[in-house]
Amino acid sequence: MTVLPPLSDRNLVSPAHLLKGRNAPARADHATLSEVFADSAADAGVTGFVMAQLHHANDSDKPVLWIQDRLSRREAGRPYLRGLGLRISILYVAVSKPVDALWAIEEGLGCSGLSAVVGEIWGDPQSLDFTATKRIALRAEARDTPTWIMRRAATPNLSAARMRWRVSSLPSALEPDDQRSPGAPLWKAELFRARWDTPGEWVASYGAEGINLSHGVADPPAPVAITG
Amino acid sequence: MSVQDKLPVLAFPPRHAAPAPKDDRRTPPDDLARAVAALRAAFDNEAQEGNHERDAPRHYTTEEAFSPVGTPRPTWRASLKKGPEGTDGKGQSGQITSGPATDRDALARRIVSIYLPRFSIERWDRWAARQPDTPPPDLPVVLAIEGPHGPVVHATNRAAEAQGLAAGSRVVDIRALCPEVRVEFADIAGDRLALERLMMWARRWCPWTAIDGASGLVMDTTGSDHLWGGEAQMLREMEERLSLLGFSANLAAASTHGAAWALARFGGVRRVVTSAALEAGIAPLPTRALRIDAETELVLKRLGLKTVADVAAVPRISLARRFSRAGIAQNPLMRLDQIMGRVAEPVNAPDDPPRFAVQSQLPEPVQDPTPHLPSLCEELCRGLAAEGYGARRITVTVYRTDGEISTLTAATARASRDPGHLLRLFDDKLERIDPGFGFDLITLGASVIEDMQAVQTRLDGAVDDGAELARLVNRLTARLGARAIRAPVLTDSHMPERAEVWPEALRQAPRTVTPRPHRPARLFDTPEEIRVVYAVPEGPPAQFVWRRQTHRVTRFAGPERIAPEWWCDKPGTRLRDYYRIEDQHGRRYWIYRDGVLGDGRGETPRWFVHGGFA
Repeated sequence: MTVLPPLSDRNLVSPAHLLKGRNAPARADHATLSEVFADSAADAGVTGFVMAQLHHANDSDKPVLWIQDRLSRREAGRPYLRGLGLRISILYVAVSKPVDALWAIEEGLGCSGLSAVVGEIWGDPQSLDFTATKRIALRAEARDTPTWIMRRAATPNLSAARMRWRVSSLPSALEPDDQRSPGAPLWKAELFRARWDTPGEWVASYGAEGINLSHGVADPPAPVAITG
Repeated sequence: MSVQDKLPVLAFPPRHAAPAPKDDRRTPPDDLARAVAALRAAFDNEAQEGNHERDAPRHYTTEEAFSPVGTPRPTWRASLKKGPEGTDGKGQSGQITSGPATDRDALARRIVSIYLPRFSIERWDRWAARQPDTPPPDLPVVLAIEGPHGPVVHATNRAAEAQGLAAGSRVVDIRALCPEVRVEFADIAGDRLALERLMMWARRWCPWTAIDGASGLVMDTTGSDHLWGGEAQMLREMEERLSLLGFSANLAAASTHGAAWALARFGGVRRVVTSAALEAGIAPLPTRALRIDAETELVLKRLGLKTVADVAAVPRISLARRFSRAGIAQNPLMRLDQIMGRVAEPVNAPDDPPRFAVQSQLPEPVQDPTPHLPSLCEELCRGLAAEGYGARRITVTVYRTDGEISTLTAATARASRDPGHLLRLFDDKLERIDPGFGFDLITLGASVIEDMQAVQTRLDGAVDDGAELARLVNRLTARLGARAIRAPVLTDSHMPERAEVWPEALRQAPRTVTPRPHRPARLFDTPEEIRVVYAVPEGPPAQFVWRRQTHRVTRFAGPERIAPEWWCDKPGTRLRDYYRIEDQHGRRYWIYRDGVLGDGRGETPRWFVHGGFA
């Protein structure tokens, strides 16, 4: 059995760290493989959540490798560059089989010219098992490239993904100028498995520096200041 | 020889021996007495020198008669050349035989001119034959180009010619003549590129081919014709091959470029004219065959000169005076000289593009190409590096023992000459090669190459990202196909689905895109229709059914009206009113109403979901 080199001192979980994780919650400080499960295929909130996590790719001259299988594209649409919210470039790969998607993710992680890898896989294919995810996770950590797999119509089976999220949209924040219009997007982000963090459930939103996991879902939201 | 060439500065008044035959030849009308005296002197000389020298000087003087000056040629040249070597005939004869010898050389070349009179339309026909709606052959089709007063016919097919449509007329006029004519725009730049490729293709017959005008080729076939069984056979073979490609061609072979050009366009079918018959062969051709422009042709016509023979019959001095300042395209005299070989006009054939292919002969048939590829890749890349090229497409070919050939091709996103990388492109594909019962020859060729300069992008010598990324694209393309790998870029369009184009990543590197507010994160390829309940037709929906689920609109913003782009949308396209809405689950969608009620472009407007917001 190979022993992974210590990636950070986060392997040592202290009570203080646990507390810290509760209050200023989970965010991997190094790149790894994460999975995001959507509760509805048509919910684009998952895309927004992943893009908020990929804030480091903003203004990067390295493109994001975006791999999508056929059903994901048909049911959830393709990424629309103007609405992703980040200044990024995309190298897009359309595949028909999940095996090809996994192979393309691995190939992408063999290349140092990418800022991130995003894969979208529909359902629960046979090939997406523990071995495949472990290969991808190890490569992502070795290459220091954040890798996100969006899963739709999927069940969270056995997987080696270091962080596994379940994300759905929440009613958006109030728009200060127009009470009837949808405002800044909010998501319910549930971290149900994490290797270096404690799981939890948060209200997530875009922040100035990437994702902003503000408070628990059960907590009352912060009042919105209405200016003007 | 060089000493003799410098001699013109020497004494002008010649000896009596040399001028005598020249005066005789020129026969001034009134100086019969002088002629007789000269003849006598000449006979005296011949009596002294011997008879066998006699033909040569006469030939020489015939050549001198083409002097463009027209005045009696000073005779010092012949005489002085004779001078230093003495008055005996030896030096003179050596001098004289060298002159015509070079002339014979100029006419000893064999030039083939290929004229493709219907090149544009036949190229279009080939393209149209591959389209799903191939026009029937009896439908008149014309290709048009932009003229100063609207489109002008550039080329016509046979059906259009039968209707009387000719190149040069205006499209509005021919539409009146023949309303069912189909007008397409000509692809002049594409024709040029195709002609360049055809020129390279024509090097199967001889190594020197060049483009000649907009729809012609010229080839220097000197010494090549015997490989095809003579010139007539060669021309027949060329015409056959070109007709297999779908091109009708007029061909001719002659000693000079000008003559071949003229005979191919105005002579008969596959004319072969030897240098001896050159003058007679081109004499009956119209003056247009001199390669002069239409204006000069009109000038000659007004002067009553209609054929090449007419022009050739005009005294040289007159033509020279009339066209002294004209350029080559306006100067019938220079064109005539080119045709007759008096002015050199070599075929200026561009160089072959370099070809890179390596092969490995095997001592006995084997079935697995894998062990042979690394050495072949290395050898190929060494050759590419030596010439400064990189491969964009490489092909492995195995030649099987049963005579079959099996090939495998891989493409790269940018030029590469890294053997390890090229080898990896074949990783998963080699089993697609069918080795049969074994092959004994394997070749690796770079079929598409590009200039590739060694570029250092970073001072520390680290690998630059562009190359890494290009390699990734190559590997993905090799397995998934070029159409699966895309690099979306923005275009200048308001329509959301048209604002992004998705070119293949092999052609277009990924580009950074600045986001816009109020645009969805996901967009459906085809908008999905929804059933809508609304309070007012012009307002937002209150509720809609999409994918068999009812969505209640809790919040909305809009409309944002996007009008159709009249310059590229079909007539009758309706405007769209986009709304950003949020449903009862907090999911945010981008929906639009296609048109407004009463815009005169259809029934009640329909609603669509076009995307989803983050």
